[in-house]
Formats: sequence, structure tokens, C-alpha cells
Amino acid sequence: MRKIIHHRAARRGAGIAGTLSGVAVLVFVMLRAIPGDQITAGLGTEAAALSPAQRVALERYYGLDRPLVAQFFSWIGNVLTGNLGYSARAQRSVLDLTLHSLPVTLELAVLSIVLALLIGVPLGMLAASRPDAPRDAFGQLVSLAGLSIPAFLLATTLLSVLASSYGFNPNGQGFATLAENPGLNLQQMFLPALVLGFGIAAPIQRTTRTAVLEIRSDDFVRTARAKGVPPRRLQIRHVLGNALVPITTMTGLQFGYLLGGAVVVEQIFSVPGIGRQVLLGIQQKEYAVVQSTVLVIALAFVVVNLLTDALYRVIDPRVRAS
Amino acid sequence: MRHPSRTTFRAAAAAGAAALLALAGCSSSSTSGGGGSASGGGAGGGTLVVGVTSDPDTLFPWKATQFQAVNVLQNLYGTLTELDKDLNTVPGLATAWKASDEGRTLTLTLREGVTFADGSAFDSADAKSSLDKIMDEATAAVAASTLASVKSVQAPDPRTLVLKLNAPDAALPSNLASVNVAMLSSDDTEAALTAKPNGTGPFTLKGRVASQSLTLAANPKYWGQEKPKVAAVEFRVIPDESSIVSAMQSGNVQLAVFNDPLVARTAATGQVSVAKTPQLSYHALQLNSRRGELGDKDVRLAIQCAVDREQVLQTAALGEGEVTGPITSPAFRSDPARRPCPTRDLAKAAEHLAKAGKSGGVTIKTIVSQGEYATSVNEAQSLKAQLAEAKINLDLEVLESGAFVDRWVAADFDAAVALNGGRPDPDGMYGRYFTSKGNLNKVAGYSSPELDRLFEQGRTTTDQAARKAIYDKVAAELEDNAAWVWLFAGYNYTATASGVQGFTPMANGSLQYLRTTTVQ
Repeated sequence: MRKIIHHRAARRGAGIAGTLSGVAVLVFVMLRAIPGDQITAGLGTEAAALSPAQRVALERYYGLDRPLVAQFFSWIGNVLTGNLGYSARAQRSVLDLTLHSLPVTLELAVLSIVLALLIGVPLGMLAASRPDAPRDAFGQLVSLAGLSIPAFLLATTLLSVLASSYGFNPNGQGFATLAENPGLNLQQMFLPALVLGFGIAAPIQRTTRTAVLEIRSDDFVRTARAKGVPPRRLQIRHVLGNALVPITTMTGLQFGYLLGGAVVVEQIFSVPGIGRQVLLGIQQKEYAVVQSTVLVIALAFVVVNLLTDALYRVIDPRVRAS
Repeated sequence: MRHPSRTTFRAAAAAGAAALLALAGCSSSSTSGGGGSASGGGAGGGTLVVGVTSDPDTLFPWKATQFQAVNVLQNLYGTLTELDKDLNTVPGLATAWKASDEGRTLTLTLREGVTFADGSAFDSADAKSSLDKIMDEATAAVAASTLASVKSVQAPDPRTLVLKLNAPDAALPSNLASVNVAMLSSDDTEAALTAKPNGTGPFTLKGRVASQSLTLAANPKYWGQEKPKVAAVEFRVIPDESSIVSAMQSGNVQLAVFNDPLVARTAATGQVSVAKTPQLSYHALQLNSRRGELGDKDVRLAIQCAVDREQVLQTAALGEGEVTGPITSPAFRSDPARRPCPTRDLAKAAEHLAKAGKSGGVTIKTIVSQGEYATSVNEAQSLKAQLAEAKINLDLEVLESGAFVDRWVAADFDAAVALNGGRPDPDGMYGRYFTSKGNLNKVAGYSSPELDRLFEQGRTTTDQAARKAIYDKVAAELEDNAAWVWLFAGYNYTATASGVQGFTPMANGSLQYLRTTTVQ
């Protein structure tokens, strides 16, 4: 038994289960702490006109008449059997909704990260190539802009200017998935991915710059240069290769954030992702939708962390050796 | 020897630029095709695309209160009576109605040849079943209180419906026009209709992608003389109003309704025209006279006299609206000039405060919704600044819209900055608020024997001119006692792309005239 507990995979599994259980309890409690319920969310101010008998009928309809503990364990029990609940608003199961929204968000996250890396890594290397020179200032300026310009502002401005001046607004058309219409889908994903990618590029640029500067002063780089390693090979293989660990860490964190945190951009660009699913669930106080979707996001975050750890083993031989 | 970093930078920059250009090129090269197909589909295929910020939260008409849900359901379901563009009550599924027995019986003649979307015929059994279920509290229908005057429903023959009333109810024909009193087939259930609507309206449900779009198809069996002009209407969900404007400017959306004057101004460009329609809904500072200082009529009157409504309108809503009294319905409109202090009078306000023994000032805890509607916080700040000059401190509590509704429903506030919906008939609009037994009286915070008497009189009077006089007295009673402080009624803005014709916006915000709209 001791052996099993000390086994790395088992410990990891227990950690994941603990994390997900914590998330489940937290989201359940937080939702109940928010004022209002599904009745007031659905009827708005008209809920004030309900008679006591009508109120009781609706509480029974939405399952609000059951004790909180019973509601929690009923939900958890259902989740463990693969039933994530049902959305009365959408008239679909949460599992079905999630199977449609999660791939959309994953695609958006991947595209955003790709754009962020394409912007952040070259800029970080450019800045580190000559510290305190104008190119460094340029890199820092772009990074500062990425950090300080709110995503909603950049998104709205881009959308308005492109639509009014050039009639370009693929997001005004009905959303197309990658499988349905790849061309339209990529158009619809480009601007939101650019907005998100620009914001994420900033921490990646800063991490790259710091890591490259640090590694360039290491002994092995000087040795390699003295041995006549060509400059390009030196920069790419030795310096950037070793800077990849912190960059990967930062990228993994940002990817996890995108799984649930892209909701503002999803709203503005009408991207039916998982963030919007949670937002709509909160607005309608559809407890099962919010609870189960947040649990899925937490699980996705855990998986991303696992993948990031696995990636360390690929890019850093020292991790493999340990 | 070249500097190593320069080479690296060039390689990295080239890679980044190439990738960005590839993506940008991909998007720009395919843009015209995508955009063209959408607008082409709308114009050439007879599909009207309506931009909405949310899809319906329910497709069951008896429980629908959300603006978007009501707008969709009005096009799917039929009602016994309807409202025309001027909010007059006109025949719907009932071709005629007649009061008898001193107003205690209402006999309706039902239209022949009407069918539901599933092909089944509509008759008096369906109408009776619908009204009985709406009145049953177990259904939890929002219009149950609207039918409070109905004692029983009889269906003596397939074309006749008889409503036996507890007391005469002149507002009943108008109240029957609400989609919350929609006629459903007696065979249908809430669960079935929530999944698949089955109405007698001009459109049927064609398809729905949750949170993205809902498409209606013209109903070829619609009973109206004028059949829908478009083959389909797509309600496309674009959650942000500014993004709807962008979608209209790029030709992807052909019609949208906004209530934010700022958004409406940005929408009005060369290809998009914006028409504004005065609304029945009204902005008010609700006062809860059952709490604290507001129990004193003079404190309430002091607030009323210290408010410059025109300034609130100008600062909070860009001047887009009209200062109003309690009743906004065109046929019964209150005259705002007849209220005490029709213009701001700080001396009078001080007089009232002194009379209440509060010369040193009062503090009123006021709830404000953040996000429920565009101008709420601006209105609250304008009111706070004005009332501060009269030693009245509005202690603002700005709440997220869900929290606001929760507090409002529980009447847990001294004052509330609110935008309340209006109705064509003043009895339906205020009877439930300001009569002592009204189901919203707890929220209204005010009632009086005189108001009970006047509303009773209004319900039992059928002569229109006499009713107008009665509701003028109601308005005077409300304002003389400063039950609330009515501020202004705003506009709704209907934005239409060029090529859209025949749509008539209504003062109640209804989209029922989608059936007369054409798109080229």
C-alpha cells in the first residue's frame, strides 16, 4: 500500500482528484452565494409577481426545493456517471454543449498561443540581442502595449475599424466550425486569436528576454563560442534551446488561462466557446451548466499542466535524467 | 565576423512575419467570399437576419419575460387579440368580442380555419384549455394575475369562448394580446413546446443552434390576409451591441433593435438607417414609502421637487427621450406639467423637508443596476448630484443586474433607479403595482384607498373618454403623493440595412411586424 502511495503516478492522480474535488465544492458554494436563482434569472423582475404557490411550483421544477447537500451529491453522482446535467435554456445536455464549445476554445487557444509565440519569442530574442539598445526598447514597448491595452478595447476597435472602413467582419456571419467550413472558421478565429495572442505575447517576450540574457552569460555558451560553433547554431540550439523551459512554463500557464479566460473576446467576436458557455450559465443561474463546465475547464487545465511537464522531458535532458 | 544576434533576429523576425502574413493573407483572400455569401444569402434568398444579443432563454410562451424570447415567440404563437401599430386592440384568433351581463361576461367569436404548425385545428377547446392552464397556479404562468378577473371559461361550441368574470374588466381584451396568454394546442405540454414550438403565428421554428442562432420559416398556413414576406428570419446571436453594429456595417445583419442611444448613433452610417420609436417603458426613481424616511410624504415630495428631469435625460441619455408622467400609453398619456413641481424647485423641496422635520437633510439608500440597461448608473449619478443640493443624500448601491433583480423582487430597498416596462392599458401597467392587493404592491411600496377605488372604477368603465379621465386622476394621485419620481421615457432604435422595407417598430418594442418586412 505504501508503495502505491509513493508511486509518482498515484500521487499525481491523488493530487488531481483533490484539485478537482476542491474546484467542485468551491464552484458549488460560490454559485449559491451569488444573489438570485434560476427563477429570478429567468423571470427577471416579473418574479416579484409570483404567488407563493407559483413560486413553490417553480422551485420544484428547477430542483431548488431539495437540500443543498442532496443537490451537491446528486450532481457529483451524475458527473461520475458521465451525466453533466441539462441546460433548459439551450435544450441540450451540458455534455453535448461542451463537446461543441470545448473544441472551439481549444482551437482559439492554440491559435492564440501560436501567434503569441510568433510575436513574443522573436521580440524577446531581439530585445536580448543588445540590451538597452533601441531594439530592446522597442521590444519592451511592444510588450508594455500588450500588457496594458485591454483585450476588449483592442477587440472592439479592430472590429469596428475593419467593419466600417473595409467591410471586413467574418464574425458577423454565423459561426462555422473548423470541420464545417475551414476557410470561414480561420477567418473568424484570426482576429480573436490575434487580440488574445498580442496580450499573451507580452509575458512570453519578457520571459524569453530574461532567459536568453541569463543563458548567454553561462559558461557553456562562452565555451561553445570559443570552440567555433556558428552564431546561428549557437543562438538557436544552445541559447534558445535552453531558454525553452521557462518559455514553455509561461506558455502552459497562459494556455490554461485561455481555456476559461477568453470570455470577453469570445463575447465581442461571437465565438461560441466554453467561456461564453459559463457566462450564459451564470447569467441564467443554470447551476449544472456552470458547475460541470467549470469542472471540465479545471480538468483541461490539469491536462495542460501534465502535458507541459511532459514537454520538459522532451526539451530538457536533465529532467529526463532525473 | 557578423554579430550573431543580428542573424538570429533576422531569422526569427522573418519567420514571425511570414506566419503573420500567411494568416492575414488567408483571411483577406477569403473574406470577400465569406462576406458575400452571407449578405447574398440574406438578400437573394429572402432571409432576413436580425442581430440579437442573446437567444431566447425559453421557448415556452407562458413563462417568457426576456425581451428576446418574447420577440421570437410573438412570431410563432397567436393570441386571441392583437395590438396594432398604434397599440389599439384588434382581432387576433378571436374575430370579435362582446361584453354582456353588465360586463361580467365576455363572449369571444373565434376565427375559423386556423391551424397550429403541426396541422391540427385551433378551436375553443384549445382556447379554454390554454386559459384554464394559465390560471392554474401549478403552471406558474406569468400572466396568471392578468386573468385574475376571470372566474371561469366555457366553450359552448368550437367557435365560441365565454369568459365569466368576477367583475367587469375593461382592460381584459388588451391584456389578452400578450404572448404570455398565447393559445396553445390542448394536446401540447410545456416540455414538448419548449423543445418544439407549435403555434398559430406567421412563422414556424426552422432550426436553432443554442447561443448562436434561431431561424424561423414563413408559415404557409398562417391565417392572416398578409402572409410573411420573407421566406425566413434568422435571429443571429451577437452578444455585444457594438459588434452587431459592425455586423450591420459589413452587411451581415439587416435589422437590429438597440436601446442604448450611444450605440444607435454609431450605427447610423450610409448603409444603415436608424429610426427611433418612443417607448411605453419608463425610467423612474422608485420610492419605497414603507421604509424609513420615505414613509413621510413630505420627504418624497422634497425629492420630487429637487429633481430636474430634463437634466437627467440630457446627461444620462443624451437627451434621447421625453420627460414623462406615470402613464406612457398614447391613449392615456399623463401630462408631466400637471405634477407638483413640474420644474425643479429647490425652495419648495426645502419647504417639504422642513415640514417633515428633516431640515438637516436625509439619506436614502438607493439600489442601481449595473448592466441591466445602458443609462442606469448615469441616471443615478445625475440624481445624486441634484438631490445633494437639496440636502438629500442618495446613498447609491450599484449592483450586478442579477443582484439588483433579487433585491428588487424582495422589495429590499429604500429607493431604486429602475427602467420598468409599460403596457398599453394603464390598468395592466399599474393596477398590479399600486392597488393594495396588487401582486407587485410590495415592490411598489405605496397604495391608498383612493387608488384602489380609482383602479376599480377604471376596470369597470368601458367608455374610453371616461377611462382617460379616471387614469388622469390615478396619475395625479400618484404624483401628488410622490409615490415614485417618474423621470423620462426613452426611445428604441431600429437599425435597418438598405434593402429592408416594411418593418414597423412599436412602442412596446414588439417585432410582430417582421411578417410585413421585405428584404432585397
